[in-house]
Amino acid sequence: MIPATFDYVRPSTLGEAAAALAEAGEDAKVLAGGQSLLPLLRLRLAYPSVLVDLGRVAELRGIEDRGDRLHIGAMTTHDEVVNSPLVNEHCPLLARATATVADPAIRHRGTFGGSLSHADPAGDLPSVALALDAEFRLASAAGERTVPAADFFADYLTTALEPDEILTGVSVPKLGPDWGCHYEKFHRTAQAWAIVGVAAAVRHSGGAVVEARIALTNMGATPVRAHAVESALAGVPLNGSGAGVREAALRADEGTNPPSDADAGADYRRHLAKVLTRRAVIAATSG
Amino acid sequence: MAQRKMTVTVTVDGVRYEEEVEPRLLLVHLLRDRLGKTGTPIGCDTGNCGACTVMLDGRSAKSCSVLAVQADGSEILTVEGLASGDEWHPLQRAFHEEHALQCGYCTPGMIMASLDLLQVNPDPDDTEIREGLEGNLCRCTGYANIVRAVRRAAAESREVSGA
Repeated sequence: MIPATFDYVRPSTLGEAAAALAEAGEDAKVLAGGQSLLPLLRLRLAYPSVLVDLGRVAELRGIEDRGDRLHIGAMTTHDEVVNSPLVNEHCPLLARATATVADPAIRHRGTFGGSLSHADPAGDLPSVALALDAEFRLASAAGERTVPAADFFADYLTTALEPDEILTGVSVPKLGPDWGCHYEKFHRTAQAWAIVGVAAAVRHSGGAVVEARIALTNMGATPVRAHAVESALAGVPLNGSGAGVREAALRADEGTNPPSDADAGADYRRHLAKVLTRRAVIAATSG
Repeated sequence: MAQRKMTVTVTVDGVRYEEEVEPRLLLVHLLRDRLGKTGTPIGCDTGNCGACTVMLDGRSAKSCSVLAVQADGSEILTVEGLASGDEWHPLQRAFHEEHALQCGYCTPGMIMASLDLLQVNPDPDDTEIREGLEGNLCRCTGYANIVRAVRRAAAESREVSGA
């Protein structure tokens, strides 16, 4: 189908973009890579009056080393994230999860910031951002603010972004060599969305877990932090029977509210969350 | 600020075009309906099937998921620009030789996605080929021959380049 009509603005600086968005009002939409938004426009599930295309705003693109954190510009493509030496060295969880997003052609166009702003609960990157306690930088004509990941994802396809705000970038902590990580994704076909996904970063030392960060994809309207698993994992030995990890992972569905849809029922998702959490923690802590 | 119609300039298969378009015009419609590049088909229209894959500034993109105005100033290669004169591109030849098509609808997209894969990885194994083509669906399920064709084209291209 052909999208409904809209006006189109293509700013070349963040200032111009924020001004255009402020002027365009509440029915405007920010266009990043368009890999989620364009299908929505074509299916006429979205009817923005104006699209503000960030595609030429160079300052929103790229990955910077900022001491103990990495700053990832919102318009950095998935392909750039996957191939970034900085991300692979300091935040391999993000590189690995991003490599599972959609398919190569979509990863060439789709952006980190676009995926996060779209906030699909079946998207892989929101749960990764939540597990990493990423910080979101938001800008509008009125100024800038920083929002922690735990406050950014508000509801189904809904974030803390106000209609006149633009996500400019995300800062993630560097994880040292004592951290292991893994993104475990369960889906039916190669390019399908995750039925359930688990983002795990685990710091371990002397054969035991020191601390763990676990977040779940598609187990509710927003990504969910598996706090019960995180506390249960602290101090758990990693060698031997693996009973400690298995027991901790059984708590993965606590505090979740998974959907029932054509892919899976809620009870099956609860089961998957436990199994995938166990697999993710084992993969994160081996090798 | 915004305007109803915009002028976009694109280079498609080596030829420069200037077109006045509505912002909502999709790149695939610009290619097919305005420029006559019907070698690029429309499959699912929702970014899943990959039939409309083209090279956009050197990397594969699904042209149903790009607005023509986003592509303003870009260089685009479609399947129609692959052959040099009467000589087919190694990928076209290999798809023909290995019977990598039945109905042929997915073939332009398969070939363009393979082109992207081979420029990044000139010697992919079967798993890498399947991962490289994971965004392209063949409903005749000719995947085995498609993988074989990509392997053959890769070998041929390496031979030509002396690698």
